[in-house]
Amino acid sequence: MRALRHLYSPIIDQNPITLQILGICSALAVTTSMTTSAVMAVALIAVLVISSLVISAIRRHIPNTIRLIVQITIIASLVIVADQLIQAFAFNVSQRLSIFVGLIVTNCLVLGRAEAFAMQNPPGPALLDALGNGLGYSLILLIVGFIRELLGAGTLFGFTVFVSIYDGGWFTPLNFMLLAPSAFFILGLLIWGIRTFRPAQIEPPDYKITIDPNRRAP
Amino acid sequence: MPDLNPISWWLKLLALPNESRTKTLAVAFLVSGVCALVVSSAAVILEPLQEANRAAERQARLEAMMAAMPGMADILSESGADRLESVVVDLNKTAVTDIDPAGFDMRAAATDPETSTPIPPEADVAGLGRRTNYAVVHILRSGDALRLVILPISAAGYQSTIHANLALQGDLNTVAGLSIVEQGETPGLGARIEEPAWQALWPGKKLANAEGEIRLSVVRGRATNEYEVDGITGATRTGNAVTEAVQFWLGDFGYGPLLDKLRAGALDQ
Repeated sequence: MRALRHLYSPIIDQNPITLQILGICSALAVTTSMTTSAVMAVALIAVLVISSLVISAIRRHIPNTIRLIVQITIIASLVIVADQLIQAFAFNVSQRLSIFVGLIVTNCLVLGRAEAFAMQNPPGPALLDALGNGLGYSLILLIVGFIRELLGAGTLFGFTVFVSIYDGGWFTPLNFMLLAPSAFFILGLLIWGIRTFRPAQIEPPDYKITIDPNRRAP
Repeated sequence: MPDLNPISWWLKLLALPNESRTKTLAVAFLVSGVCALVVSSAAVILEPLQEANRAAERQARLEAMMAAMPGMADILSESGADRLESVVVDLNKTAVTDIDPAGFDMRAAATDPETSTPIPPEADVAGLGRRTNYAVVHILRSGDALRLVILPISAAGYQSTIHANLALQGDLNTVAGLSIVEQGETPGLGARIEEPAWQALWPGKKLANAEGEIRLSVVRGRATNEYEVDGITGATRTGNAVTEAVQFWLGDFGYGPLLDKLRAGALDQ
């Protein structure tokens, strides 16, 4: 049962986006619609799980001096394969994701889990940890994508939910929701919400301002 | 007697300390070898599927360009869609061939020495190196009058080869539309040539002046006359590449002779 903690703790308690603030750039870029969010989430989970598994399996034989290059080589190869698969089987989505699938290589989350967990743990826990972190990332991506697509275009997965004024309905799309900064606000509100319910996540302030009672004006 | 058993070699390698130079090199080469194998087999196995997707995309863009052109829907409905004929033209002989355009791959023809011609360096403004001998051209007529000609053009851009379709109206001097078929330019800068707003600047522009000199070009900043198209800020080299594609493909080494024949009504079917 303790092993399962690796799976569920990253979903909320150790969420890579809202607690560790990793992988923000892709969370901003691809969450304009549910479809792109979902494809990105699936691609990231696949890359993360397979790379963690492979790196964990050969971890005892990776020389320390070249370990980062070995990890990045494995991750980059998997990303290229994922990109090729998306181009072959989901061409329209690949056009909209453009360079962001390729940029999974630079997603701090993938290298972070490889270096921090897969290098020190056997393949079983490494797999669960990767899956848990991938699901935690996907959950945030889908929540942000849900809010942005619903309020920005009135649709979900491309299907109309609110009929927009352009089609004779009542809903005025919030164009701001389709711009990257809106994802910052939604992520900020999410982090605020989660930390209200999980006060353990609140970090102690680095500095405390104290006023010296004996201080005199210069 | 040296030990030649590969399994014991493998076990010896695994038993080496991780920091030894032999093992570091061996791990580096093994990992890169396996990764290279995985990546290249994925690319090779998935290539046909991706190519089919791209072909469908090209067809869809051609149809979208047809639909976006003013009056096109009327012409098609009065004359029937079958009046849009696609032909494979031999650019060296300036004659229509009997090659089936549906299955013809211009890009493959452009790289095959048998079906392409090296472009003399002084004529190669578009940086292509070789030019296909056979091009798929779409011609729309109503009655005997020429209404529209769609010509595939291409050029080496800033970081990719740009492929586009240029549609000319029946006078063969007025642009009816430009649609970018494929490009891999910088996202947000050069890649903006794919945006409908930029392509909408093209219809109505003139190709050549009274002396027959090709003038149409993408300029920096704002267009000032009917031969100029607004450039995209930060994408000067991509804009230049589109200009070069037009200059090269409509010039003497491209479709120039074909357009002359079409103007004279002398292109035999």
